Parts: sequence; structure tokens; C-alpha cells
Amino acid sequence: MKKNWPLWEVFVRSKNGLEHRHFGSLRAADAEMALENARDVYTRRMEGISIWVVESKDITASNPENNGELFEPAQDKVYRHPTFYELPDELKHM
Amino acid sequence: MNKESLYDYILTIADNCLILGQRLGELCGHGPSLETDIAGTNISLDLIGQTRSFYQYAADIEGKGKTEDDIAFLRLEKDYKNCLLVEQPNDHFGYVIGRQYLWDTFYLLFLNELQNSSDETLSAIAKKGIKEVSYHRRFSGDWVKRLGDGSEESHLKMQEVVNGLWPYVDELFDMTGVSKELIKQGIAVDLSKLRETYFKQVSALLEEATLEVPERKYFVYGGKKGVHSEYFGYLLSDLQYMQRTYPNMTW
Repeated sequence: MKKNWPLWEVFVRSKNGLEHRHFGSLRAADAEMALENARDVYTRRMEGISIWVVESKDITASNPENNGELFEPAQDKVYRHPTFYELPDELKHM
Repeated sequence: MNKESLYDYILTIADNCLILGQRLGELCGHGPSLETDIAGTNISLDLIGQTRSFYQYAADIEGKGKTEDDIAFLRLEKDYKNCLLVEQPNDHFGYVIGRQYLWDTFYLLFLNELQNSSDETLSAIAKKGIKEVSYHRRFSGDWVKRLGDGSEESHLKMQEVVNGLWPYVDELFDMTGVSKELIKQGIAVDLSKLRETYFKQVSALLEEATLEVPERKYFVYGGKKGVHSEYFGYLLSDLQYMQRTYPNMTW
């Protein structure tokens, strides 16, 4: 017999207009229980207005061993950030 | 309006919240899993919060300069008017859940009526409580279904819980401590009107949980008169210990 319930990842939207963000994980027997547990564990201090849960095994993750080829090539490509434009002073919130 | 009967009436509601809150609080750090531990403690805190609102109002009504803490901590056993159901011990998680569901179902029906009370304060406390208690009932009801319709062992245990707690449910509708005058004035809820809906709702959920509704027709009463079960003294000595040992302490 398996000793633990399956692991679930919890995503919470903290207010309208913002995206769901990963808040953490927890254990639950099924999706419904995962939602209730997430409500109790992660939103009891008014952190959220919407919750997503997804079973951890359903997430496909990149392998840290491949970080070199996946992410390092981007390190010397600063020109991919739009930071080289000269902005007029009137623009305050860019 | 008779102040004394309103004061008594508030206690017949609030003492349930205090004692069940204390029972659930015993589980803090001892729940079967981190998630259910926090869930139980959240429910406990909701109930203690409601208790405070009720006791603050009761202290105002009494007008003798007492605080909510005096009412919570400095009464004798027979002065607590909670029903027997909520003081039953946390024998195992099934009892915690069963007790909670049997209480939540009643309490939600009750608050739904109390929000129409002609007493504005009681109405306001009820309105705020309804959202909290709706979630409590959802949580406890889901768990009754899970355990009832779960493994063979959980089914047996849950049935044992329902059978064991059943004798205490009719006291929920006992009108001890509720004066006729308060009902006539639209302040208090006529509990007898809730009974039928209560048993209908509970039976439906038990059936869904593949549990049998006990056929037992005799029930135990006493808590509302201040005559409590043997578990109550222990609970109270835990609850009151600090105030009794170090009077007026604060932190």
C-alpha cells in the first residue's frame, strides 16, 4: 500500500488581472481534496481569489542536467531585452 | 426586551462555538496530515472568532463591565450551555469529522434563520458566520462521504461514529434557554422549525456516503441545562487553566 496521497502543485491568483502563480505543493487523495487543502493551507491569510491544482506527476519539467544547453546560450544576448531605446523624459512608467 | 433572557440566549449559541473550537484546537499539531491539521485549526479559529463576537455582545448586554474573556474562562461547568454533541472527544479522525458534520449542518440552518433576527447585532454576526460555516459543512460533509464510501475499514469506523454520535443530535433542537418571548419578538430562532430539514439533509448525505441512518428514537439531552458529559470537566480544566492559575494574566 502506498503510504502517502499523491502530490499536487498549487497555483494561486492573488487578485484579478494577475496570473496564477506557483505557491507550493501538498498531498491530497484527489483533485477536490487538493482544492480544499490548498484553500486551507495557502489562502487562509487572504492570499488568493482563485486556485488551480495539478497533480505533480502531470507536470513535465526540464532536466537540470540540460541547463547548459537550454539556458546558458541566452546569457550573452542582452540585445533581446528592449533596453537600448532612448525614451523621452515624459514617459515615466516604462 | 428582557436583558437576562437575551444574555442567556446568546450563551446557548456561543458556548457551542467555544467548546467545539476548543475541541478542534486540541488537534493543532496532531492532525492526521499537515493539510487536515491546518483545516481543523482554521475551523477552530473561525468558531472562536464567532464566539468572541457573541460574548462581546453578551458582555455589553449584561452591562456589568465584564469582558468576553470573563465569560469564556471564568464560569463553572454547569454555567456552560453548549449541547452535548460538541463536547464529545476526538477519539479518532472519524469522530472529529462526524461531530463536525452533524454540528455544521445544524449551525448553517440556524445561522440562515438568525440572519433575519430583529436584533441587529445577532443578525450581523450570523451573516458573517454563514460564509465560514458553509465552508465548514462542505469540508466535513466531503470527508464523511470519503470515509463512509472509502475502504471497508473506514466505512465501518464511520458508521460507528454516526451511531455513536446520533443520540446527541436531537438536543440541537431542544429549546432550553430560548425564551418564548424572544421568539415572539423575532430575536431568537424557533429551533423546532429546523428539525425536519436537518434530518432530511443529514440522511441524504449519509446515504450518499453509503452509511445507514440510525433508527434510534431516543436521544440524550442535558448540555443546554448545564448537565454535561464526563468529558466536559477535562476540557474545561484545559480551557481555563491559565486564567485560574494566573488570574488576570494577559499576553
